[in-house]
Amino acid sequence: MSESNSATESKNSGIKKIDDQGILKGVEGLTPEKIESVIQQVITNETGARLKVYVDTCVHCGLCSKGCHYYLSLNDPKFSPAGKVKQTLAEIMQKKGKVSPEFIKQAAVIAYTQCNLCKRCAMYCPFGLDVAYVMSVMRRICHKLGVVPLYIQDTAHSHSVTMNQMWVKDDEWVDTLMWQEEEAQEAFENLRIPLDIEGADLFYSVIGPEPKFRAQLIFQAAVIMNAVGENWTMPSMPGWDNSDMCMFTGDYEMMERLKRCHFESALNLRAKRIVMGECGHAFRSVYDVGNRALGWRMPPIEIIHAIDYFNELFEQNRIKIKKKFDTPVTLHDPCNVSRGRGLHDKARNLVNATCSNFIEMVPNREHNYCCSAGGGVINCGPPFKNARVESGKEKARQLLEAKEKGAKVVIAPCHNCHGGLEDIIHHYNVGMELKFFGDIIYEILDLP
Amino acid sequence: MHDLYSFFTGPFAWLTFIVFIGGSVWRFSSLWQLAQKKDGHVFEYMDTKFALRSIAHWLVPFGSRSMKLNPAMTVVTFLFHICLFITPIFVFGHVILWKENFNISWFTLPNAVADVMTFIVIASCIFFLWRRITLPEVKYLTTPSDFVILFIVAAPFITGFWVYHQFAGSAFMTIIHIISGEVMLMAIPFTKLFHMFLFPFTRGYIGSEFGGVRMAKDW
Amino acid sequence: MINCDSWDWDKGKKEVGKFSDWREKFSYIEDISFSPDGEKIAAIVKNEDMEFTVSTQSEGAEPETWETGYDKVWNLRFGPDGRLSAFVSDTGEWKVSTDDNTWENGYDFIWNMRFNKSGVIAVSAQKELSYCAIINDVPWENEFSKLTDMVISPDGQSSTAVIESIPVLEGEIFKFRGGCYSVAVNGDAWDRNFMNVWKPSFSDDSSHVAASVRTSYNDYYIAVDGKTWDTPFSSVWEPCFDPNSQSVIAPVKRGGKWFLAKDGAIFWDRPYFQLWHQIYSPDGKRIAAIVAPEFGRWTLAIDNTPWQITFSDYLTDPIFSHDGRLACIFKDRGRWGVAVDGKAWDSIVDMAWIPVFSNDGDNIAVKVKKDGFYHIALNGKILDTKYEYIENPIFSPDGSTILIRGCQGGSYNRDVISIKGGFSYA
Repeated sequence: MSESNSATESKNSGIKKIDDQGILKGVEGLTPEKIESVIQQVITNETGARLKVYVDTCVHCGLCSKGCHYYLSLNDPKFSPAGKVKQTLAEIMQKKGKVSPEFIKQAAVIAYTQCNLCKRCAMYCPFGLDVAYVMSVMRRICHKLGVVPLYIQDTAHSHSVTMNQMWVKDDEWVDTLMWQEEEAQEAFENLRIPLDIEGADLFYSVIGPEPKFRAQLIFQAAVIMNAVGENWTMPSMPGWDNSDMCMFTGDYEMMERLKRCHFESALNLRAKRIVMGECGHAFRSVYDVGNRALGWRMPPIEIIHAIDYFNELFEQNRIKIKKKFDTPVTLHDPCNVSRGRGLHDKARNLVNATCSNFIEMVPNREHNYCCSAGGGVINCGPPFKNARVESGKEKARQLLEAKEKGAKVVIAPCHNCHGGLEDIIHHYNVGMELKFFGDIIYEILDLP
Repeated sequence: MHDLYSFFTGPFAWLTFIVFIGGSVWRFSSLWQLAQKKDGHVFEYMDTKFALRSIAHWLVPFGSRSMKLNPAMTVVTFLFHICLFITPIFVFGHVILWKENFNISWFTLPNAVADVMTFIVIASCIFFLWRRITLPEVKYLTTPSDFVILFIVAAPFITGFWVYHQFAGSAFMTIIHIISGEVMLMAIPFTKLFHMFLFPFTRGYIGSEFGGVRMAKDW
Repeated sequence: MINCDSWDWDKGKKEVGKFSDWREKFSYIEDISFSPDGEKIAAIVKNEDMEFTVSTQSEGAEPETWETGYDKVWNLRFGPDGRLSAFVSDTGEWKVSTDDNTWENGYDFIWNMRFNKSGVIAVSAQKELSYCAIINDVPWENEFSKLTDMVISPDGQSSTAVIESIPVLEGEIFKFRGGCYSVAVNGDAWDRNFMNVWKPSFSDDSSHVAASVRTSYNDYYIAVDGKTWDTPFSSVWEPCFDPNSQSVIAPVKRGGKWFLAKDGAIFWDRPYFQLWHQIYSPDGKRIAAIVAPEFGRWTLAIDNTPWQITFSDYLTDPIFSHDGRLACIFKDRGRWGVAVDGKAWDSIVDMAWIPVFSNDGDNIAVKVKKDGFYHIALNGKILDTKYEYIENPIFSPDGSTILIRGCQGGSYNRDVISIKGGFSYA
């Protein structure tokens, strides 16, 4: 394990040249007074003892470092979780909000692009201090100041207009479903993607990029649902997108609007439960964060991640396969459903039910490394791509280790993970293929 | 000299206890009230079972992956904290003071054992100091106050060791020993040393979130 | 309002259609539904030429299929007036077809079918990437680059929607912040633009429109006919009009808690963890809203006084009877139920739909699902009869009987039963 580092400390901040108009132009109009007033407002109105305790209790022991893949990849203490707090909220609290626009610029880069909010460090800090929470507070301040990386800001704007992440207009959504339904009907006569069915057992929701870029995933889901005779539905109107970049920019008002739209879309149709596609951050937003913001202790309707749903199909013998997928596979546990919902054991059941040769990557389960794309980091787009891929070095090493043991395919049941791992695999010449569980199940499904 | 001794074991000792206990109660209750007002979620999701589960894993040496990755730190930390608490309470010289002043007494450590434990605390502090100076990820985080705190903690043990071994000027050093112990107690509510009281809550809260909502381990 | 005076309210069961007849006739059948009066059933099917079309069936008749077949049909719905409409497309051109009569104008896509209470239809439409709304085949004169949240006015004469008033491209975040969205009423945009606009709605007399807007990330307002309230809030939910005046009420968020505001000022001063779906009583004198008086507990508040009883999971469909009784559907610890005037019915079910009051407010009937079958629950008790499918129940105008439209053993039946008894409970 390369977790012991010969660290090389860079002189200044860990940030190279900032090339993001959202941040650069965003800070242009800032004055120290405005910054101070927004910070005071966020700190006094929206945070309390939790933030204070997190910042005050940290004894600067540095043990969180080994919890963070940024630090492990870059060997730079500025990328350790506590190092990021030091450069952001700790200084803000020490200076009582009297910080410069330049400081905010750096802080925005750190909070939005150098932390995946994966919460792994909370498992390495003896006190369980939650640095992801602290970074979220920093993002909240940046959002209120209008200093947000351009690409993710645009995504949040898309959410606010269309209630989905990808500027998919109402008509394009239904049109895409019909297109996928037609495609599927060529192979399976009378297959349906049932729209707006009241009282369905299952409301299937996806993320914006599915209709936009990966429509075949909707096709595959439809084939699987039809094969098992599921009583399912999708909504024809907004509410179909479970994703949530507003949660990551710090636009919590918009996050609330999105989550309400999604929950009410399913509940107005009186669905028994929401099954969501293979996405991690959306799960976090629906299962953990968004519901709380709206006043629900737990989600008002049962939320089932695709891993859970597919596993259930196999456990209940509802699905028939031709034969198991026989290329050796390894499994990447997405933070938001493993550390976020403990689905790692079900994921392993599912791998064993579908694949004949499973090789673990190490570390795994709750301790798996993030793909470096999560927490909205990949959504910050091209200006931060190189830095993101560099911070995935430790991930690449972990993948290569699994490859040496024979794994050829990486199953990653999360869209962001796919995006992040794809870049890592390419950049570090890892030479492994990426798949969703849906891909594998579709491939081995025994169709009548 | 005797007057100084009387002052620091008399009125100043009382002041120390008042500051330590009063300060801790004040800090704790102000945080509690703030949390009640602003962090409703913390109380909402706190779960005794999962909090204790997490705390237990983190109070067992090598009970977490983090501890396994840092074996030296784990061994030193556990020894340090154990000795830090046990030694002052059970060292013969302190129990005698309780007996003389309040006529209460309890088990005492054999002097040799207390001596070794004191040495462990001092050595641990040197280890922590070494980490702060040499390990980049610790050095980067370290602020001057971290050195001060380390010194505040080490001082009563260094001076105690000095006095016990009757090194030069040990009479004077006894007074320094008393003062340094009192300073440490008074510092607890107002510095990062307060982590001793917050640990169950920070650990318990994240343990509750991980156990009750996230259904995952946090160790 | 549905005028059901002329419907057949004689007690007794009629078989409207049989699934086996349909199965025999069609290779493809989508979900079958009933007309409001229960005299007819309908579904999207494939005809002999394997084109999509619609078939209907009435008592004693064979399924009757629309003459025209299409590449695609979706969104088949009975309007409140009993007419049957769907979106149909041929060679990529979409139209509305009502009772097999298609509208003249075709579009690249149409969706969001909206009825007013008398059955006038409005839809959202896109042609060559320009968007507008259409009422009864008449499109707006102006088109926009984006359009969402279209609704029809109560009188059926107008439609309104959120529109993109200044075209903004992906990535233009600073232009976006400047405000590129507004509301159009019958195609005419308000003269003010906002960063965002959501959910415009009409006043009862159809002459005013109110919507939620934000002018910056931190400033949310209610805008009425293009003019915002004076005070910003940290968030707002959709407004509604007082039926007796032109006042507007809306949930607003301040200091992390929700309040009800009227015309810009806090009106319900009690802070809630959540507050939404406010409704006026039919006489316009009282207001009810769904609230969370404490974190994770849900109930209804009337005139700012929450019910004593609260529920853990969800609360929906608050509805007043004509005489001012208040009912809703709740979900508590995973199970659903009905609450009326602050008391929960004992019967707990797997799912429940919107409560239906009789005109006099004395009786309440609810469509529920239990153990895999649908039932009607009446005044707190679940009737024994099981259905594979049912529509919401409807009371006769005098409140003495209920129309149940349901499917049993593949038979689609129209059943009028007396509420005075003669049935057994589940």
